[in-house]
Amino acid sequence: MTQSSPTSEAARPTLVELAWTFNHIALASFGGGLSAWSREVIVVEKKWMSDEEFLSALTMCRILPGANQVNMAVFVGTKFGGIPGAIAAAFGLTFIPVVIILALGYAYFRYNNIPALQSTLKGAVAAAVALTFSMAIKTGQKCLRGSVPLVLFAATFVLNGVFRWPLFAVLAMIAPLALVWAWPRKGAR
Amino acid sequence: MKDEGLNFYHILILFSSLSLLSIGGGNSVIPEMHHKAVTNYQWMTDKQFADIFAISQSAPGPSILIVTLVGYKAAGIPGAILATIAMMLPAAALVYLVTCFWQKAAKSPIRQAIEKGFAPLTVGLVLASGYVMSRAADHDWRGFLLTGICTVLCTVTKINPLIIVGAAGFIGWMGWV
Repeated sequence: MTQSSPTSEAARPTLVELAWTFNHIALASFGGGLSAWSREVIVVEKKWMSDEEFLSALTMCRILPGANQVNMAVFVGTKFGGIPGAIAAAFGLTFIPVVIILALGYAYFRYNNIPALQSTLKGAVAAAVALTFSMAIKTGQKCLRGSVPLVLFAATFVLNGVFRWPLFAVLAMIAPLALVWAWPRKGAR
Repeated sequence: MKDEGLNFYHILILFSSLSLLSIGGGNSVIPEMHHKAVTNYQWMTDKQFADIFAISQSAPGPSILIVTLVGYKAAGIPGAILATIAMMLPAAALVYLVTCFWQKAAKSPIRQAIEKGFAPLTVGLVLASGYVMSRAADHDWRGFLLTGICTVLCTVTKINPLIIVGAAGFIGWMGWV
């Protein structure tokens, strides 16, 4: 690699860096909380995307079919490297986890339980939940300014989290309101 | 023993169709996957499916990797690889197309509206998933205390979250939660 001027090209991650980064995200998410880990690495550490772009991409990735985290990797990979980038990011996200889960599956089908794993997980899940709450707090501080965003946020949480409405029913109700509120108006700032 | 070739065919058809049906995330097709893997193809028992579901939810990486274990039980390592790729490829192709459109629409009002308007929604969905995860984990007061402490540490300190998850895993391993 040659020293290049600090243009946007310099910030563009290579295929290896994409794969490595998503591998890092995947391995960190022991116990869950993959979305929170994605934000931690992509927005906070690497600064590849702003919080706004990340959050909207996250919801799009949830609406589209496919595992949310795989979709997010494909989104980021495509953004920075087209089809090769998408493949690199998705491969990075899944390769080592596939090896790990095959080892766990082999042990499970052979011995029928994995006791040490269960108890370790109980602790790790608590931290993964904590990381997810923490993400909601940190991103919420930035975008929940004013009464309309607060109402949109609260309604989404209650319908999806407490009443357990399916994602589609929640979005069908809330998303149109959000878009009308957020539609850019000429002259207004 | 069942015919291997037929198993590969069933894996390919099942997971590539589930891939496009998994709207809202991989877990939305778990009931259908369970029905096919346990009842139709009889690759595994009910209990085994529930157990590998638990393993896949908590192992690192995307939770959809349950398909890797279903494929593994159906047709060994090649089955595992085939199931994983079949589950990822069709949905990924769709995301690719949408992302290309999204990049082109950088300055359009619809993209600006989505970026601004979906942010509060997404925070609500993130909080909801944390809430559902903590309910599903079925913790007693010690589990909630650990979650609370970790939430404060993640939010107000700059400690690497990996250290926090590792420490919490250690506390679990010691049997303290």
